[in-house]
Amino acid sequence: MSAITLKQTPLNAAHRRLGGRMVEFGGWDMPVQYPAGTVEEHMRTRTRAGLFDVSHMGEIEVRGRDAIAFVNRLCSNDASKLVDGQAQYSALTTEQGTVVDDLLVYRFGAEHLLLVVNASTTDKDWDWLNSHGSDESVELKNRSSDLCQIALQGPNALGILQTLTGTPLEEIKYYHFREGRVDDVDSIISRTGYTGEDGFEVYAAPEYAERLWEKMLDAGSYGTPEGVQPCGLAARNTLRLEAGMALYGHEITEETTLLEANLGWITKLAKSDFTGRDALARQKEEGVGRKLVGFEVTERGIARDGQDIYVEGTRVGHVTSGSPAPYLKKNIGMAYVPVELANVGQQIQVDVRGRMVGALIVPVPFYKRNK
Amino acid sequence: MANVPEGLYYSKDHEWLKVEGDAGTVGITDHAQSSLGDVVYVELPKAGETFAAHDTFGSVESVKAVSELFLPVACVVVEVNDSLTDEPEKVNTDPYGDGWMLKVRLSGRGEVDSLLSAAEYEDYLKTNVEQ
Repeated sequence: MSAITLKQTPLNAAHRRLGGRMVEFGGWDMPVQYPAGTVEEHMRTRTRAGLFDVSHMGEIEVRGRDAIAFVNRLCSNDASKLVDGQAQYSALTTEQGTVVDDLLVYRFGAEHLLLVVNASTTDKDWDWLNSHGSDESVELKNRSSDLCQIALQGPNALGILQTLTGTPLEEIKYYHFREGRVDDVDSIISRTGYTGEDGFEVYAAPEYAERLWEKMLDAGSYGTPEGVQPCGLAARNTLRLEAGMALYGHEITEETTLLEANLGWITKLAKSDFTGRDALARQKEEGVGRKLVGFEVTERGIARDGQDIYVEGTRVGHVTSGSPAPYLKKNIGMAYVPVELANVGQQIQVDVRGRMVGALIVPVPFYKRNK
Repeated sequence: MANVPEGLYYSKDHEWLKVEGDAGTVGITDHAQSSLGDVVYVELPKAGETFAAHDTFGSVESVKAVSELFLPVACVVVEVNDSLTDEPEKVNTDPYGDGWMLKVRLSGRGEVDSLLSAAEYEDYLKTNVEQ
C-alpha cells in the first residue's frame, strides 16, 4: 500500500468480501476487477446485467434563484432546456473552450440542480465553481460524501431493479430520473450510465450503500451464470470505450477543446454566453486542426493509451484510450489526428512499444446496442 | 494462494524455468497470470534468437495491462509456443503446462543456481507480494 491514505467508498468492505482486486484510482481504493475477470464482467453487462460501485464520483449541489443561470454560464450545454426530473451531459469549460471536467446536470427544480462530476476532479471542480462566481444568487454544497452511487447496467437492469422499487421504471425515460425508494431507502433513480447499455444509476445516503448493493446482487441472482455480475474499473473502462464515450483525462482534458473531441452536440453556442464560448465559436468558424477518431487495429497487437500514431512515417497524433474490446473481440482505440486524416477508412499505424502496427479509422461508437 | 510446483526454478520477475540437462522450458507463474487477469495477447520471439539473462523476450497482455517478459537465464530459443497466438487463455488455465512459452538451450548452468527454488519463491511471494 502507498503511504498516502486512499479514500474508500462505503462499499469497500463489500468489494473485499467479493474478492475484488483493489487498486488506487484518482486517490480512491477501488476494485479493478473481481474473480470472474474483466472479460466476463464486460460480457455479462452486455448480455445480462453488471453492478458498479461509482460512489467515488463527486456530487455538487447548486441551489438558489440563479442556479440555472450560474450553471449555464459555466457549462457548455444549455441547462435552461432541462425540465424537472431530467439530466443532461455537459462540460465545465475554460476560456479556451477546453474541458475542466465533463459532468451530468440533474434538475430537481428551477432553483435546485445537482452536478455529478468525476472522482479525481471533484476538488478541482469545487474550487472552479467557487472561484468563478459572479453576482448570481446561488449556494453551493459539496455533497460527495453524503451520497453513494451504484450503477446497475445491462438488458436485465430494469427487471432486477423493478423488484426492489415501486417506482414504475419503464416510465423513466433515458436521461431522466425520479426520487423514489429502493428497498425502502430514499433514492434518486436515474436512467443513465456509462456502458452503452440501458440501465440505472441509484444515489442514496452512504449508510444504505451495502444494503442496496447486497439487495441488487440478490435480486439479480448473483452467483448464477445468468445473474448480475459485480464489475470493476477495468470493465467500466472497456464498456465505455466500446460505446465511444469520452473519459476525462484521456479524450478530454484542459488541452483539448469540446469541438476537437466531437462534443459539438453539448456545445450550445447560440444560448446565453458561457466560459469559452468565444473561443469555441471562433474554432467552429475556422475549423478544428485535429479531431478525435476511433480506430480498429488490423494487425496483431494492442494499442494502449499514450502511444503515437503515424501516417506514412510521420507522427501525426496519439492514442487517448486503447484496449481490447471484449464484446467486439477486436483491439480498438481513440486518438487525436489532424483533421485532414480524420476520415473513416484512413489507414494509420500505432507505435506499439517500437513496433508499427496497422489500424484503420472506423465510425464511433464502435458498439451500439439494439433498442 | 498461488500454485508453486516443486522441481522448477523461479525468478523474482515471476517466470518459471524447467531444466533438463542443457534444455529449458520457460513460462510465467500462476501468481503472475492471476495478477494479470485474462490474458488476451502474447508476444514471443522467434526460434534461433539469443538472449542474455534478464533480457526482455516478449510481452503478455491482459485487457487492462501489458507486462514484459524477462528471461531468467542466458539461452538460445529452440521452440516457441505458437498456439498461444490463438489461445492466449492457456496462460491463465495452465501456466505450468499448455501455457508454456519457450523451449530454450541454456548458454550456461551458472545462472540457474541464482534462481529461486519453489520454497524460496513461495517465501518471496509471502513477504513481497501477498501481504
